Amino acid sequence: MLLSRALLKRHSVLPGFDLALGFTLLYLSFIVLVPLSAAFLKTFTMTWPAFWDTVTAPRVLASYRLTFGASFAAALVNAAFGLVVCWVLVRYDFPGRRVVDALVDLPFALPTAVAGIALTALYSGNGWIGRWLPFKVSFTPLGVWVALTFIGLPFVVRTLQPVVEDLHQEVEEAAAILGATRWQTFRRVILPVLTPALLTGFALAFARALGEYGSVIFIAGNLPMVSEIVPLLIITKLEQFDVPGATAIAVVMLVAAFVLLLAINGLQAWTRARQGR
Amino acid sequence: MSAPGAPRRLADVTTEPAWLRRLLIAVALAFLTLFLFVPLVAVFVEALKKGVDVYLAAIVEPDALAAIRLTLLAAAISVPLNLAFGVAAAWSIAKFEFRGKNVLLTLIDLPFSVSPVITGLVFVLVFGLQGWLGEWLRDHDLKIIFALPGIVIATIFITLPFVARELIPLMQAQGIEQEEAARVLGAGGWQIFRRVTLPNVQWALLYGVILCNARAMGEFGAVSVVSGHIRGQTNTMPLHIEILYNEYQFAAAFAVASLLAGLALVTLALKYFVERRVAASARAVAGPRL
Repeated sequence: MLLSRALLKRHSVLPGFDLALGFTLLYLSFIVLVPLSAAFLKTFTMTWPAFWDTVTAPRVLASYRLTFGASFAAALVNAAFGLVVCWVLVRYDFPGRRVVDALVDLPFALPTAVAGIALTALYSGNGWIGRWLPFKVSFTPLGVWVALTFIGLPFVVRTLQPVVEDLHQEVEEAAAILGATRWQTFRRVILPVLTPALLTGFALAFARALGEYGSVIFIAGNLPMVSEIVPLLIITKLEQFDVPGATAIAVVMLVAAFVLLLAINGLQAWTRARQGR
Repeated sequence: MSAPGAPRRLADVTTEPAWLRRLLIAVALAFLTLFLFVPLVAVFVEALKKGVDVYLAAIVEPDALAAIRLTLLAAAISVPLNLAFGVAAAWSIAKFEFRGKNVLLTLIDLPFSVSPVITGLVFVLVFGLQGWLGEWLRDHDLKIIFALPGIVIATIFITLPFVARELIPLMQAQGIEQEEAARVLGAGGWQIFRRVTLPNVQWALLYGVILCNARAMGEFGAVSVVSGHIRGQTNTMPLHIEILYNEYQFAAAFAVASLLAGLALVTLALKYFVERRVAASARAVAGPRL
């Protein structure tokens, strides 16, 4: 009764609001909110200089550079190729299109540890792909990028797909009739409509890559200052019983994740506005 | 292709020239092959590299069986709980207008933006020996971290949004007219849900459960932090794979991995099937309104 009186904007004849929302809030609090605030409260027991020294130590800075850099590069490549893949899946017909479409979600369904050892086997010096490459991939930052590209792949495709499906071909016809070349139509008519969704997909892939652990640790080799990602550094600190140190770095990453979450929410609102929904 | 100077057909101007179409298809397939198909095939090839006997031995080995049992158990506990949460959250968000709804939606999505490793760390901070409840738990001889409860709680956190995210948009699109009609005709809350709402969302519900289950069984980072890697006791399948791999037992690692890869393929197949059903029922809902 309390919840419905306090929160409901208008009366509803449907039952179950108190029970459903009450259970939702209770469950969310116990599983997500209380534990997450524990992380923040734990860092508040550190002094500010100690916190700052922990999160700006050279080894930690190197791991930020690697994690953010490789995530950005992976999201960028996924944005470019994701656009091509999405366009091909929606607009063209070719044998096996449905199977390919279904398999795009593989990185969502395949456990990250499985992806990690498979990619390592492929890209190691004597692996199927690694042996043909003139440069080293596994145990270098390039290996981190490969793993992050794999796990971010579906985001751009799946975010773009509904928007490309909804494109009005009449507009393209109109552009063509008015004398635009196909490239001009794409640049000036199609791409502006796709931009919000493309940015959303990019941001989702980037956010996912920042926190990724399982698929990266096998192929990265985890050399401090070279190929050590932030989540691994957190685990390393935990294993050395440096709980405050691990928590301090985790808080930095949590703040980055929340900022991205807000950005993504904004981008999604923009996408909906562009689609006129 | 039309001859130069001849008027082009409309169908030609709203698509790319044939050579470009073929090039784009080739680029897309090459990218997907390199990053998706080859790794998938590699799992099965590496698993069977040393023969079927080695493959089977790796799977029926006691530690592997214990890991499989633990993975199934953790999923069997966490998936139904998140199903109940998803239904409750979707019912309140989709069927009622209340203050703070957008905040609630963001909070439900929160677990997707938190790194699995940080999720694990967070539960260590609450339940670990130096954590908030650490001493109390030790005095009462309760074990959460490095034991099954920790693994289950971390899994619940990671997979919390899946069912809710599938249900909320569909139930919002479906509106509340049918439920209101049922109410006016005298149906109770449970009857409305079971006879009116559930049939409308059953495929989306199943789809959410499938995704939730796949992630629950495959979760690595969070479980890795809270489990303590005790062989035969707190090792899930992904953790068992890691241990085998680090011990250079590659064939065995890939054998266990192939089970999870098989699960992923089954998940994708079910997802494909269910997605078509969801699209069909969404069309059925949208139909009369047009």
